[in-house]
Amino acid sequence: MTANHEPDLSAGLPAVTEAELAALHDRLVRDADANGVLDVGYRTLDTPVGALLLAATEDGLVRVAFASEGHDLVLESLAERVSPRILRAPGRLDEAAREIDEYFAGRRRRFDLPLDYRLAAGFRRVVLGRLPAIDFGTTVSYAQVASDVGSPRAFRAVGTACATNPLPVVVPCHRVVKSGGDLGNYRGGPQAKRFLIDLEAAA
Amino acid sequence: MTTVTIVSTVTKTPFEAVVAEHGATVLRVCRAVLGAADADDAWSETFLAALAAYQRLPGDANVEAWLVTIAHRKAIDITRAAARRAVPVGDVPDRPAAQRADGRDLDLADALAALPRRQREAVAYHYLAGLPYADVAAVTGGSTAAARRAAADGIARLRKTYPGFAPDDAGPGDEKEDRDDRQP
Repeated sequence: MTANHEPDLSAGLPAVTEAELAALHDRLVRDADANGVLDVGYRTLDTPVGALLLAATEDGLVRVAFASEGHDLVLESLAERVSPRILRAPGRLDEAAREIDEYFAGRRRRFDLPLDYRLAAGFRRVVLGRLPAIDFGTTVSYAQVASDVGSPRAFRAVGTACATNPLPVVVPCHRVVKSGGDLGNYRGGPQAKRFLIDLEAAA
Repeated sequence: MTTVTIVSTVTKTPFEAVVAEHGATVLRVCRAVLGAADADDAWSETFLAALAAYQRLPGDANVEAWLVTIAHRKAIDITRAAARRAVPVGDVPDRPAAQRADGRDLDLADALAALPRRQREAVAYHYLAGLPYADVAAVTGGSTAAARRAAADGIARLRKTYPGFAPDDAGPGDEKEDRDDRQP
């Protein structure tokens, strides 16, 4: 606020409209992409398990986040762990959004997207790399995945890798459940995990 | 004893939030300094350059002052490029000054455009961007006192050319007040 003895110039000037700012934002995204300075682009996508945040680097999809994680917090974390050069850039996520839409509509059984696994390191990265091999509509146990990656005693670490999967839904950690049949932890909550398992069973 | 160096790790906010917070103000500043026709280009070049350099910006920097500094340089570039393209036709202003005697439809944007460049910049950076005069001086060069004087002269002239400021609004005398502590 300006003090009352200072002239308020902005009141006398043409208003800056949302449409004008949106057009400038679109131009900035295009220019940033063309100049290679858009490190992370993101958008949100409405799905049956709530609004998903989709974020991609130039290498591929780097993060899928549930609303329960707090999308703003996730973006701040991306700023810290990947780069603060982040813009809302739906165009970069067109293909990912289309495939995820198709998946929830029952028209897609596997994803064909470039993935950027940089948010998962070491053993977690190894575990995540194994998950796309689990068939659509099936589930396996944490112990089975541990065995598959050659560390049969590391089933707890497999559980951690699944619970911290930066690319849920697309990298199907929801297909990994406890040996006794309990669902186990899930970044989007147990209801989301149940929904995805049932969705695939019905397809 | 081992010396432990603690590196400041101020986390930067996602650049999207910078655009959301400062986009409108920077556009007003670009329009005031350059006119509406070139403002979009100046805005776009400013935010693209800011995005490219964002990681090198110290975490505790004044983001608005930084953006205005970039916008100032981009405005100079655009003005120079336009001057190179222009056919010299003598000493005429690049936009018509508002001269309506009745003043009723006098446009503040036109009145701003008719100000000398230094006054226009000082007015835009102080009154639109909310920068204290020390920061205005850092952007435009010159002393803080000169920046304050340029803004005061600009406002004084606007009071004559633009009727939108109420007559009982304080005159230029008020501009003597030191507002360098003013927070945007």
